[in-house]
Formats: sequence, C-alpha cells, structure tokens
Amino acid sequence: MILTIASGKGGTGKTTVATSLALAIADLSPLYLDCDVEAPNAHIFLNPELNQFQTVNLPIPAVDESRCEGCARCAEVCQYHAIVVIGGKVLVFPELCHGCGSCTLQCPEGAIEEIPYKTGSLEAGLAKNEIRFARGTLDIGQPMAVPIIRALQDWNPFGELEPVIRDAPPGVSCPVVETMSGADFVLLVTEPTPFGLHDLHLAVQLAGELGLPVGVVLNRDGIGDQRVDDYCQTAGIPILMRIPFDDQIGRAVAGGKTLVEAFPEYLPRFRGLYISINDLLHERKSRRQHYEESVPISKSDEMSGR
Amino acid sequence: MKQLVILSGKGGTGKTSIAAALSQLASESERSMSIVLADADVDAANLELILSPSNTRKEDFWGGQIAEIDQRRCAQCGECMQVCRFDAIHAADDGFAINPIACEGCAACFYVCPSEAISLKEQVAGAWFHSDSLYGPLFHAALYPAQENSGKLVTRIKQHAKLQALDNGCDLMIVDGPPGVGCPVISAVSGADLALIVAEPSKAGVHDMRRILETTDHFSVPSVVCINKTDLSAEGSAEIESYCQEAGIAMVGTIPFDVDIPRAMSQGQTIITFQPDGSASRALRDMWQRIVALLRGSDE
Repeated sequence: MILTIASGKGGTGKTTVATSLALAIADLSPLYLDCDVEAPNAHIFLNPELNQFQTVNLPIPAVDESRCEGCARCAEVCQYHAIVVIGGKVLVFPELCHGCGSCTLQCPEGAIEEIPYKTGSLEAGLAKNEIRFARGTLDIGQPMAVPIIRALQDWNPFGELEPVIRDAPPGVSCPVVETMSGADFVLLVTEPTPFGLHDLHLAVQLAGELGLPVGVVLNRDGIGDQRVDDYCQTAGIPILMRIPFDDQIGRAVAGGKTLVEAFPEYLPRFRGLYISINDLLHERKSRRQHYEESVPISKSDEMSGR
Repeated sequence: MKQLVILSGKGGTGKTSIAAALSQLASESERSMSIVLADADVDAANLELILSPSNTRKEDFWGGQIAEIDQRRCAQCGECMQVCRFDAIHAADDGFAINPIACEGCAACFYVCPSEAISLKEQVAGAWFHSDSLYGPLFHAALYPAQENSGKLVTRIKQHAKLQALDNGCDLMIVDGPPGVGCPVISAVSGADLALIVAEPSKAGVHDMRRILETTDHFSVPSVVCINKTDLSAEGSAEIESYCQEAGIAMVGTIPFDVDIPRAMSQGQTIITFQPDGSASRALRDMWQRIVALLRGSDE
C-alpha cells in the first residue's frame, strides 16, 4: 500500500500522524518518504541514520558557442523564458528551466548539450525500529520542489517498496499533486477550525481529481467548532481517527517526541488506523472488481474520462 | 510605500492570524497607516475567512498551457511520447493520450510532431479577487486544485495590490505568505522591504525557521523574527532567541499560546477584536510598534 498523508492547511499534524503511523506498523518495515522537501521535519522524530546520498540535478542547456549561430530558436521554443538571446549570445537562467530538453532537440546546429544543475538532494537510512527512511531537500533559493519529490519517489534505495508512507507538503498545488499521484489512499489530517475546513475541502477536491479515496484524521479535536464533522458527514468522508486538543500532546511533539512514544496508548489506535485504511481499500477494490466483471470497460475510455 | 511579507517555513505557525491582527492594528493605531493586503498563500488562502471581504471582483487566472492531440491528424508515430520528460503522454487503445495533470506545457511534443497534430491550450488555472475588507483592499486568489504556476499567481496578485497601493497612496502592503521555501515563497519575498518570520518554538518550527531565514537572506530581504505559541516549549523559545542573537536578527515579539486565537478564528474575527485585552492581543500590539519603527526607520 502507498499511503499519502496530506492536509491542505499547514501545521495540522501531518508529520505527527505519519511518524506515529510508521512506528505503529514498524513490524511491516514501512518505507517513510518525507516529501515535504521545502520544510522536511520527519527526521526530527524518527532519528534516521542517513548513510545513502544522492543529488538531484536538472538537465539544463549549455551552449557550445563555436557552433551557435545565434538564431534564437532555443529562446523561441522555451516556454519558461529560461533562455534569452541578446546580440547573438545565449543566456540561460537555470532557476527557470524545467529540464524539458526542447531547446536541445530544436537547435538546428546541434549546439546545445545538457549539463546537470543541482537543485536538491536525497538522503536515506534506517530510522527508529528499523523503519526505512528517505527524504528530499530542496536547495535554498531553488523554486521547483516537484523534481525533488519525483526523484525521491523513484529512488528506492532499499529494494522492496511497500508499504510506503508519503508525508506530503501543505497546500494543494503541484508538489502535493506529485506526492498524491500513484498513491492508493490519501489520509487528510485537519483541525476543526474554519482554516482547517476550508483547506480540507480543497484537498478533498484534489484527491477527487486524481481519483483517490480519502479518509480524515481530526487533530486538536475540540479546539474549534463542529463544521469539519458536518462537512465530512455530508460528503461521506470517513473520520478514521480523532486526536483531542491537549496541551501535553502539543508540548511532547514540540520537544521532538512522536505521539506513540509520548503516549503509548496511541500505539493500538494507530495500528487500528492502518487496518481500517486497508479494509476500506479492500472493500473498494472488491466493489470495483464486482462491477468490472459484469461490464467490460475499455482502458482508454477510463483515461479520457479523468 | 513599504512591503511587509509574513513567512514561516513551517505551515500552521500562525502567519494568517498574525497578518489579520497586524492589518487591524495598522488601521486602528494612533498613527494609523493605510494598507493594502495580499494573501500570497494561493493554494490555501485563508485571510479572507477573517477579513470579511465584500464587493469582490473576480478575474480568471490563465496559468500556463497543456498539450492536446488532434486524433484525426495524429499519424501514431509516437515521437511525442518519446520526447516527453514528464511522463505525460501514453499510448492508449485509439492513439496517444495526454495526462493533463502530468503535462508541464513545455511544448517539446508540439515542436517534434511531424503531423502538426498537437496544439497547446491555455488553461484557466485559478482565479484572483479584488475585495474591500475590514482593514483595506484585499487581493486574494484561488489556484484550482492540481494546477501549477502558484508563483506566477502570487506575482499577479502582488502586482495588482501594489498598483492599488500606489494609486491610493498607501503606506504599507502586507503580504501573507505561503509555507515552505519554494516557488510561491520566492514570489512572495520578491520586492519586500521586511520579512516577519513567525517561528514556532518546536523542534520542527526551529528547523524550518532556519530554512526560511536562509531563503530571505539568499534574496537579500531583511528579516525579523517573532515567536508564536511561545509557551509550547521554553527550550524551543530559548533556542530561537539564541539563534537570532547569534545571527544578528532582531526579535520583535513573543506571543503566548492563547486558546482564544482559534476561538476568534471560528467567529471569523481577529484576536484583537475577539479579546482586545487578552495576552496575545497585548503582545501583538507591542510587536506592531516595533515593526512600525523598523519600517519607518528604513526610510532614513
């Protein structure tokens, strides 16, 4: 199972839930991916011994001036304004480049080769209770988180993959899309405040666009109002766990402790959370199978329907 | 006209609650300032939930393009799939199909297609809004889920906010920033006179505060720090203070954890309105005085 833990709003407790869930299923040897590459924090709670490293590079254009005729075709085809040609001289702005390779393909003189440009790094190692841990970090000043997240998910430094817990960044834009894509289930951690509700709604919409099933963990239950509960009920979204608003939990987490270590009574609850997600997925799959067996569905129809 | 951007690295440290409170203090204090507000957290915009926007005008945000294949022209050569580095083109039963979510609009496929079967279609990736609000004009936006170009949308609303501020002769533009350190944050930081970093005294909060301070430093924007929810951890608060002292970064305030802040939010109010004499409100008033002094001081 690949499980993405996301939220919409920041600071609702994604990492708190993800790290405790990983510890609760440590016997299954989960792979923990910290995909919040702009502000990665899970290592603080899981203490990995990071001993595998890789840099993430984007292939950016380098122009061989002896062959370049200054025709500016490269600048014309670049959709990201990463190339400017002034007075027959090509200037590349690496932080705007997406590494698509179109300029290289289109240069009539074959004057462009691609060189690696570092935008981030990956690290991996075993964490507490033999949890397999990997994280990505976006270099300071670099704008694009997505290539780091993509590289992290493709990296697989431990061999066998599943189960995977992906700890997502906040928001609902491209980095979160990348972290949700290819997952089996999205667990949304929210709090019962108007901000929490507003952003939960957006995250549910995004998971819907991607065709992924969702469940909710309601954190700091009791701090705000009833509206998240009402929304989940109306929208038919299961609330799989509630963590009460409690000063002591806040202090323990602030001090770098996971919830299940500070309060061991949560261990069976997180174990139960994993089992209920598994059950939900099985039910969903068998309902689908049942339908598919009765009606032949073309694969291409399904794709264009998205 | 000065530009103050509120950032944190880590999400949920209280940027928006503080932005709303400061905008109220700016318009209500003795030497009041006229302000314009920009909510730069375009993928999860929340400032509007507190500032009661009215008279909202909406504009489409055209945020980039995605490729489309005209199946009638397609000769099924597969060149497009070969050049796509974003894994956005797949062979399907009846030709090639583009996954609009994976497509980054690079147009590599458009240029290589020998049959001119591919076109690029501009996408409405979101909307931006211009509203009146309790404390000044508010520019906010909604990037549609699964869309790209959040940085471009941040730049868009900041440009419009700035134009309005210049038209009205405003003193200050307050930008409520997004979490993280990447693309939308870089757009939010750009052009700022001062960054207020809202740090949370947790281990994770301290870690992310360092990353955002490195980022503002990278773009040469002067920064000051405030600690929010300071009683969450005395150790964490001390760590933030000593880090800032060593780095020569001014601390402008420490705001206690106050259960009234989420309560105020639930009422759609700022903490200043909800509990004007509470501990958090008093701390915010003190902090505002220091920020004003810094903003006015940077004129000289």
